Amino acid sequence: MPDVTRNGVVVRDTFAEAFDMVGTALIITAPSRRWAMQAAVTMTGFATSIIACGVEAGIDRELTGAETPDGRPGVRVLLCAGSVEELQKQVANRVGQCVLTSPGSACYAGLDGKERVKVGDALRYFADGWQISKRIGGRRYWRLPVMDGEFVCEGSTGLTRAAVGGGNLILMGRKAQAVLLAAETAVAAMGKVADAITPFPGGIVRSGSKVGSRYKGLFASSNDAYCPTLRGVTKSELEQDATSVLEIVIDGLTSGAVADAMRAGLAAATELGPERGAAWIGAGNYGGNLGKHHYRLMELLA
Amino acid sequence: MSGWRFTLTSEPPERLDLSPLIPERLAGLSAGEIEHVVLCTTRIGTRVADVFTVAAIEAGDRVEFGGGSTRFDDLGHGMTRGTIVVEGACGQRLGRLMSGGAITVRGNAGGWAGSGIRGGTIEIGGDAGERLGGPLAGERTGMNGGTMLVRGRAGDRAGDRMRRGLIVVEGAAGTYAGSRMIAGTLVVCGAAGSLPGYLMRRGTMLLARTRDGLPPTFARVGDADLVFMRLLARALATLSPPAARLAARKLERYAGDMATLGKGELFLAG
Repeated sequence: MPDVTRNGVVVRDTFAEAFDMVGTALIITAPSRRWAMQAAVTMTGFATSIIACGVEAGIDRELTGAETPDGRPGVRVLLCAGSVEELQKQVANRVGQCVLTSPGSACYAGLDGKERVKVGDALRYFADGWQISKRIGGRRYWRLPVMDGEFVCEGSTGLTRAAVGGGNLILMGRKAQAVLLAAETAVAAMGKVADAITPFPGGIVRSGSKVGSRYKGLFASSNDAYCPTLRGVTKSELEQDATSVLEIVIDGLTSGAVADAMRAGLAAATELGPERGAAWIGAGNYGGNLGKHHYRLMELLA
Repeated sequence: MSGWRFTLTSEPPERLDLSPLIPERLAGLSAGEIEHVVLCTTRIGTRVADVFTVAAIEAGDRVEFGGGSTRFDDLGHGMTRGTIVVEGACGQRLGRLMSGGAITVRGNAGGWAGSGIRGGTIEIGGDAGERLGGPLAGERTGMNGGTMLVRGRAGDRAGDRMRRGLIVVEGAAGTYAGSRMIAGTLVVCGAAGSLPGYLMRRGTMLLARTRDGLPPTFARVGDADLVFMRLLARALATLSPPAARLAARKLERYAGDMATLGKGELFLAG
């Protein structure tokens, strides 16, 4: 199939290749939106890629008091990892260091599921014997005395093995500013999709990577095919007048969520047109043999 | 599978052991077989047909009693599923050791209602007798899960040795409410009698007021505006509006009973 031009933007006939992950979700609440968001931002910090962060995490959405278990403002965060063990370790460390410590916070399960990740069940020992277990409406909560009162934390949260990581769009353009606007616009559109996150800074990654390296011990290295300064000296994927490339990586609790996010991002980016936004849109893959999930851009174009 | 309705024809001549008349034990029996089920606790030898007329009803997994009596002992004993409704009073040990299903008693219940229950719900429209949910002599723990709601008053030692679960008493409670509690939650929307929380180890008590104050072995912690109370208030909202209103009030927290472990908490409305 040839490339398709949509609103002047060339959408390449290629696909994003994504991988199975294990994922979970948490709901963080606080006395105010500001502090719920602060705890969520802190606990999802340094969680861009499992290459070195252990987990990929981000904010799914803000919740009103009517949507949270305790009636206070909240934020739902998603975390995806390569294994259940790593996910468990990351959830306990991040909630323990970033949510437990945040003023007025509480933490609840954000996902149902038979398989569980320990949250309060792992953190309760912080209370040094003063922890209180309460079972309310079939759910177990731990109450840990802390200096501003009590940290309430649900015992565990659900786990899904159907999570997908690595959905992506690669936005290429003639001006750096325009590509950034396209990426920002696409990330904003993806933010409205439930159960999906864009874990990189502001949802955007400017240093897309390829698998492997010429150096021993490095698993990933700069994606030279998309580096404008290497055009001509490497097998480039870029058009002659492309000067800037940004990538958006999407993780989701389901494959459908990743597809929905990519569809939303694609629509938002193409709507800007090639002058204000990206002139070419592609996606990253490894030939199709590494990841189980393939998202063809042609099929995502409405 | 159909349910059954037992209509009381005369006051029982002796205390009855109604434990055979739970949905799971009646499943697969015919009306004739049910009429011969023995309910006696003495040599009188009362059978179902002696005191009830039996009729099948459409609703499955359900047992109804038309009329009640304080001689209806051991009703719902050990049930794991289904529904029992009593349109009147019942005797002692209502729903003892039940682990699932629901029992509704429109009238009063005798002592040891919900003794040692592990799951399911019991609702008592009238008053409950002494030792609501409590253990029988020699047992180490009382209520071990599930939910009990008493619309009227509860007798002495409500929630005795309770270990898990929720009890809501919308009226007053007798002396020693929550005595020897191991854990769990006890809410009293009326006045609690003398020495509430006597020798409680852990667990949560929520009292609207007390008749004679708190035991001297409870330490005042201070005003409590806790996230946990929001969760409890929400859970109570569907079960008991008066209890939910109490949980939403300004509460003072006390720790006790310091005469024992002292990790229990008692919330008293201000």
